[in-house]
Amino acid sequence: MVKTLMKQIGEFKRDSLLTPVFMVLEVIMETVIPLLMASIIDDGVEKGDIRHIYAVGAAMVVIAIIGLIAGVLGGTYGARASAGLARNLRQAMYDNIQTFSFASIDKFSTSSLITRMTTDVTNVQMSYQMILRMCVRAPMSMVCAMVMAYFLSPELASVYLVAVVVLAVVLAVIMRRATFYFQQAFPKYDDMNASVQENISGIRVVKAYVREKFETSRFMTASRNIFSIFVKAERQVVITMPLMFATVYICILLLSWLGAKLIVQSGQTVLTTGELTSLLAYCMNILMSLMMLAMVFVMVTMSIASARRIAEVLNEKSELENPADPIHAVPDGSVRFDHVFFRYGKSGEPVLRDICLDIRSGETIGVVGGTGSGKTSLVNLISRLYDVSEGSVSVGGHDVREYDMEALRDQVAMVLQKNVLFSGTVLENLRWGNEEATREECAQACRLACADDFVSKMPDGYDSHVERGGANLSGGQRQRLCIARALLKKPRVLILDDSTSAVDTATDARIRTALTTQLADTTKIIIAQRISSVQGADRIVVLDDGAVSGVGTHEELLEHNEIYRSVYESQTQGSGDFDENGGED
Amino acid sequence: MARPNSGRAMRPRIRVEDPGLLIRRLLGYIGRKYLIQCVVVVLCVFVSVFAMVQSTLFTKTLIDDYITPLLLSEAPDFAPLAAAIVQVGMFCACGILAALAQQLVLVYITQGTLRSLRNDLFAHMQKLPIRYFDTHSHGDVMSIYTNDIDTLRQMISQSLPQMLNSAISIVSVLVSMLVLNLPLTLVSLAMIAVMLICSKKLIGLSGTYFLKQQRDIGTVNGYIEEMMDGQKVVKVFCHEEQAKAEFKVRNDQLFDSAYNANRFANAFFPVVIQLGNLSYVVCAVVGGIMALSGFWGFTLGGLVSFLTFNKSLNSPIGQISQQLNSVVMALAGADRIFRLLDEEVEEDEGSVTLVNACYRKDGALDECSERTGLWAWKVIRPSDGAVEYIPLKGHVTFDHVDFGYTPEKTVLHDITMYAQPGQKIAFVGSTGAGKTTITNLINRFYDIQEGTILYDGVDIRKICKDDLRRSLGMVLQDTHLFTGTVMENIRFGRLDATDEECIAAAQLANADGFIRRLPDGYDTMLTGDGASLSQGQRQLLSIARAAVADPPVLILDEATSSIDTRTEKIVQDGMDALMYGRTTFVIAHRLSTIRNSDCIMVLEQGRIIERGSHEQLLEEQGRYYQLYTGNRPAAGQGQG
Repeated sequence: MVKTLMKQIGEFKRDSLLTPVFMVLEVIMETVIPLLMASIIDDGVEKGDIRHIYAVGAAMVVIAIIGLIAGVLGGTYGARASAGLARNLRQAMYDNIQTFSFASIDKFSTSSLITRMTTDVTNVQMSYQMILRMCVRAPMSMVCAMVMAYFLSPELASVYLVAVVVLAVVLAVIMRRATFYFQQAFPKYDDMNASVQENISGIRVVKAYVREKFETSRFMTASRNIFSIFVKAERQVVITMPLMFATVYICILLLSWLGAKLIVQSGQTVLTTGELTSLLAYCMNILMSLMMLAMVFVMVTMSIASARRIAEVLNEKSELENPADPIHAVPDGSVRFDHVFFRYGKSGEPVLRDICLDIRSGETIGVVGGTGSGKTSLVNLISRLYDVSEGSVSVGGHDVREYDMEALRDQVAMVLQKNVLFSGTVLENLRWGNEEATREECAQACRLACADDFVSKMPDGYDSHVERGGANLSGGQRQRLCIARALLKKPRVLILDDSTSAVDTATDARIRTALTTQLADTTKIIIAQRISSVQGADRIVVLDDGAVSGVGTHEELLEHNEIYRSVYESQTQGSGDFDENGGED
Repeated sequence: MARPNSGRAMRPRIRVEDPGLLIRRLLGYIGRKYLIQCVVVVLCVFVSVFAMVQSTLFTKTLIDDYITPLLLSEAPDFAPLAAAIVQVGMFCACGILAALAQQLVLVYITQGTLRSLRNDLFAHMQKLPIRYFDTHSHGDVMSIYTNDIDTLRQMISQSLPQMLNSAISIVSVLVSMLVLNLPLTLVSLAMIAVMLICSKKLIGLSGTYFLKQQRDIGTVNGYIEEMMDGQKVVKVFCHEEQAKAEFKVRNDQLFDSAYNANRFANAFFPVVIQLGNLSYVVCAVVGGIMALSGFWGFTLGGLVSFLTFNKSLNSPIGQISQQLNSVVMALAGADRIFRLLDEEVEEDEGSVTLVNACYRKDGALDECSERTGLWAWKVIRPSDGAVEYIPLKGHVTFDHVDFGYTPEKTVLHDITMYAQPGQKIAFVGSTGAGKTTITNLINRFYDIQEGTILYDGVDIRKICKDDLRRSLGMVLQDTHLFTGTVMENIRFGRLDATDEECIAAAQLANADGFIRRLPDGYDTMLTGDGASLSQGQRQLLSIARAAVADPPVLILDEATSSIDTRTEKIVQDGMDALMYGRTTFVIAHRLSTIRNSDCIMVLEQGRIIERGSHEQLLEEQGRYYQLYTGNRPAAGQGQG
């Protein structure tokens, strides 16, 4: 885990190394200054030697300036190194998430990924800075003081040694226990984040049902969980402080007692009073450094849980791998399903059962079926968003697993059921399909998707702003933009997954006409609820509970397929011949 | 319209406007809830400082009062020394206990404050108008709950008590210095003033960047949230590289602000410490000259003591300066927290409430406590406090209503319409014509600019918002489900509904079948907005949710758009049963959903251009005819 994280230090290695160097320099200046201070008093003031005061004062000013520079530089490099590590961690996580398969995206929730990339990274950043700045500095000043103490009196200095060892053991125990709790704490953060996210995006539902109070009380549960687990975790950690105090006091008192005895019994030969004073002064030094280390410990403890969560994301491997020698071009738009079985996850009911389909290049295929019959799962397999559980899916004569994934997805364009637009201009959103598309090409795609009309009517036309998720557009407008976006890829296979459900019948018909005439060579697979949307297709696939119930033209199915007929009747009955006209083309 | 931070836009210079005010507000917030605990902490700090002082002073006592006399005595008696050590040991024990108590109480205060801040934030957020959510990046708001709140933790649990501790030491040392020598103290104070000025400058710099850092975290959070939501689209479009590049822009910005914020914050400590050393030199020189010239009766011995004090000032000042980092960062977080808390809540000046009603024997309407299936508006006349009950019938009138999301751009023009109780009113029109907007006005998600909307003759602005919304059931095109079981999600419609009622509602919506096939049936946990369900299944659940709410008026906004038509046909029967006797507003593009409406409004560009029943509109061969045949009016002749 540490290794995974360390790799991300990258270009900030230099800063990471320089920080402790400057901190050491600062410590050295810090140890020199008390000597000079003593010299000012002992040799200057006490003797009334103003010149000595001037001289040593000047030296002190110089040292102070060096210390200042070292301190500021150490701080700067430390800030750069830790902020840099945080930056690289975020970027690496984000980059890795981009390689996730759909299955991995489903595994980590959005809210959990967000906490990992912000809160957890911040924790690691803080403790990394702490480690860089304190981990060398504190032990160093501790060692200095210990050595000095040893020179003064080896017997008494062993008191410190015992104290330090005992403390270290106790701290380690505390750290282990606290890590245990902190590890439980962060998933609670995810829960809370999920609760906030749900409520922000579903605020209309919350308000429509006047559930503000209810949701607030639910949130309070999440927030109480965080409260209690953090109280538990921090209770472990805060013992550190009083423990430090206790050790300092015990050391002081022990030294006073033992020191006094030693001085008196030896008649100041082994130890003088002056030396005892110095020994006691070092006590503060040693234990202050220990305190610093303890603080680092606390931060590290907290960040271990975070680091683990970050490493989880970094180490997540996509289950879908590019083949060793991938094919980059899709020769044509033919699609073949060969005894395909598919299930989400390793076990569980298959969502698709023994699907066999042969789709010629350029054909228009309609897919109909009830809610949850597996329509979306079927088309997801074509662009290899998931891998089949059994059987195979081929596009252009090759198994989809033989293609370079990016090439495959570029040439099999899919308009998802859940349409998502991103904040940015209309043009920027369209260019997702093809980055180099000219304005005219974009407009052309929009004309095909019947989106040109409303886009040109928007205040800034193609440069109008689209809010997050396309919030300022209606459902139908979003769907049409999403179709245009997919068209810009100039795909071999175009899949529309219920992509015109919010578009009125007339426009829907116009879009289909445009697709048939303008994209004759592209295989078009259209999932729809409305019979009118698929009626004109070359063939229609009827899915029922994960299996193919019938394939054929509208007329054939009407004659032979019970399910198709009942769907058809449900749509025409009561609406007379009205809808038929709508679908006439 | 104010837009969510796009990340690339230039932002105005950021500063924490008034740190003093923020601190006071924050302390006030803590103090209101944890006054006693705070007092305990302060007392504990005093006790532990006292113990600390005792232990340091003891060195001098040890040498002067014990070791020196013992050295001179013939037969050293260590008993008095042992007694003295035990005495100091008692003080120390008190100090340790105080420190322990202080820490434990602080954990409680800190986490408690964070918790109640989160709760307050959430409760407040729920009251904000829809407009707020339209204009703020969701991830940015989420960041306040985590990243900004987190900044407060260190400040409350560590920095504030540490600073108090140091402040006590500083004050006591300053007093001793003042007693020794006034002019030299002034010199020391002058140096402290320089420190303060430098610190202020550094605080200003790092504070600016810390605030920027918190905003950038918010932006990054918002960006991740948006992109994760659309991650499947990113994959389908092979947009990974661009997504990485765009993230890098925001990530680099955060790096920049985090780096600068910490850089300046890290400079506090060395600057302050070295200024302290300078102060020592200056005092030594000035004091030396003063002592040698005998000015103010100042002796060399006095100077030695003074310099010792001056030196002991250094460490607490250094400690304070180290804690300032987290204080400044916390202020940046607090600024964003309070900004959300200060956001104006939805106005609700309504006084008319919705009550369960029943008829008295004399035929007059009266209020009753239990659910009767009959509702009434309770109007209290302001003039004399007289109570009047108006039966809830679902009579909705729009009278010359104009509306725009921004004042500059009106999206609905002069809408006038009447919905009689029990009628089914449908809105059709091309996308973007303003259908959804109209329904959002009835439940006051947005307030109209001109005209009036009456509900059973009462201006909806006079109706208490909660009650208004309670009387309207809504099924939206974008379904939103919440983390919880299927049953809980259905019960969202009415919290006191029994399991049987929820199942009945699911059956009505034809959702019962698929729910029973789920792994745990009605107890199946839904997470991530019901990600495991298909769009159609989600819509069925949200219809069930509306059914269980059993509201007098229904608004269905493309409620069945993702349900296959066969299922819809079955749902439709349930829906018809649901709609029976209720005023219903329907938005749909499917003919089967709207054709039996009492009145169909055809909207175009924010105006009602045609209205009438299905047959009437067909005869007119206008826009309605055109929309549903896909034919131009002229060409359509002879076909319908």
